[in-house]
Amino acid sequence: MPAATETELRSKIEQFLYREAWLLDHGRLDEWLALFTDDATYWIPLQASQAEPLMTSSIVYDDRRLLEVRVRQFQHPRAHARVPAPRTVHQIGNVQILESGDHDVRAGSTLILVEYRRERQRVWGALVEHRLRRTAHGLRIAAERIDLVNSEAERDGIVCLF
Amino acid sequence: MNAQAIKGLVQPDRVHRAVYTDPGLFELELDRIFGRAWLILGHESQVASPGDFFTTRMGREPVLVTRHTDGTVRVLVNRCAHRGARVCEAPAGTTFGFVCAYHGWTYGTDGTLAGLPLPDGYPRPAGESVGGGLVRVPRVDSYHGFLFASLAEHGPTLAEFLGPLRASFDDFVERAPDGEVEVAGGVFKHAYHGNWKLVLENHNDTVHPAFVHASSIWAARQQPAAETGAYAEIGVRQMLQNGAPWEVWQNTGLWTAGYGHSWMADYHDDSRLVAALDHPAFAEYRTALERRLGRDGAARVLGELRWNSIVYPNCSFMSQFRQLRIVHPIAVDRTVVYAYSFRLKGAPERMFRDTVAFSNVVNGTASPVLTDDLEVYERTQEGLAAQRSDWLLLGREHGRDVPDGAGVLRGGSGTSEIHIRNQLAAWLEYMTAES
Repeated sequence: MPAATETELRSKIEQFLYREAWLLDHGRLDEWLALFTDDATYWIPLQASQAEPLMTSSIVYDDRRLLEVRVRQFQHPRAHARVPAPRTVHQIGNVQILESGDHDVRAGSTLILVEYRRERQRVWGALVEHRLRRTAHGLRIAAERIDLVNSEAERDGIVCLF
Repeated sequence: MNAQAIKGLVQPDRVHRAVYTDPGLFELELDRIFGRAWLILGHESQVASPGDFFTTRMGREPVLVTRHTDGTVRVLVNRCAHRGARVCEAPAGTTFGFVCAYHGWTYGTDGTLAGLPLPDGYPRPAGESVGGGLVRVPRVDSYHGFLFASLAEHGPTLAEFLGPLRASFDDFVERAPDGEVEVAGGVFKHAYHGNWKLVLENHNDTVHPAFVHASSIWAARQQPAAETGAYAEIGVRQMLQNGAPWEVWQNTGLWTAGYGHSWMADYHDDSRLVAALDHPAFAEYRTALERRLGRDGAARVLGELRWNSIVYPNCSFMSQFRQLRIVHPIAVDRTVVYAYSFRLKGAPERMFRDTVAFSNVVNGTASPVLTDDLEVYERTQEGLAAQRSDWLLLGREHGRDVPDGAGVLRGGSGTSEIHIRNQLAAWLEYMTAES
């Protein structure tokens, strides 16, 4: 890929990831959901370097159907662990293009997330990988994988979206 | 607190908040309940071969569970006999023995002291001074491969302790075409700021889902039906089932037995929950089961509908769905729960895929279901700090228990709080017995 094109693509991906983070940090969850393709997966592995999501448990492994349920749950007035929703700041860094094809682009990034809810502030760190699909409407998320650095730890319940 | 004072805390239909909030009582629980009862540690498949080990806790004791070279399972206190450091940090692995990081004292997989530096520096052999090596947990036994140990030298046998709950473990393994199960797929470790009893009192509480899980029930109901066999189906169906009408919960069976145990049944049948029921993999599974048990035997096993079985004080499992949870009390207001999935040996891989999908939704740390339970345990613990009110009520269906076999009672309906009253009766017995 010519250098100019690569810079342009990386900038496009960065803007996309910032947009995704902005939607989450402003509670615009329906718009966030609209970033995903119909066959998308949203995956937070349980184990470090987890090879696959079907035969090993995951903190989250949602297909589109489960992700819609997860997002919709925030709208219910008696979603005890989710109302009020956590306030968050997603800080994204180290954006890299890992692979660029005709249909998909694979991008790596790092995430520092500060979450506040019910008198408690938590800090999360994660390595993130997006598989972004080039569509007529621009980039869409075909797969997102979030490897929390403390995925294997004893941990309180998680409700925020990464 | 003396026995008389403790007795006043648990009454037939109510319990004093101190049982959940008093740090002194918590320390006494570790001695008298977790120091005496049979505690589940895991499953033999976690130590399948000589040298295999895993680490866990028995109340406040950090322990090592090992498969020694002679093939037996040993349970050792994970504490160097020399200066007290834990001798093993890994959650699991395979080893010839354990070498303490501090001064290199080395122990075999049976805990025997195998070596130490500068042994001539001791006036008498160091092994003698420390009783031979790592402290052994005095009683270890297993049932269908499920490993238990007791920190007490004496007490009921494991079979006596489990009593009618053995049938739930029978159900667990009979579902496997090869008659065996194994731990697989990783372990969830979720924590909450609340007393350890809250989770055990919740698992067979059939009134809470309509309220605690209202939001996931509602969210799942909005979702259009998917084709059968889809990945998410088993999880979505479980969320929907939490919203079953009162009639279903009332007709659910709820039984209690000695030592605080209980089980719940006739809540689900597979057609309501198992996404793969009309999937070719399920037909293949049924055929495999029939090869071992015959057609009638397989039908009997698949017709057994046990939901949660609770072995007080540290185990809650779902034989029908191959989930097992171990409760670790950390502090009076802090609890960690480990949740394991099991593979049915001889069943198609697809069956295990559904177990994992089910586990993610039901037992996962970010589960749309479990997170609401954890939230409510924490709110309960916070509410119990209130000094103006001392009692928690346990009176639903009190006085309507029905005898159902030796030492077994059935709740007047599936919404009875009989299981909580039974747990607290066992609690009182442990806490007031002198030895």
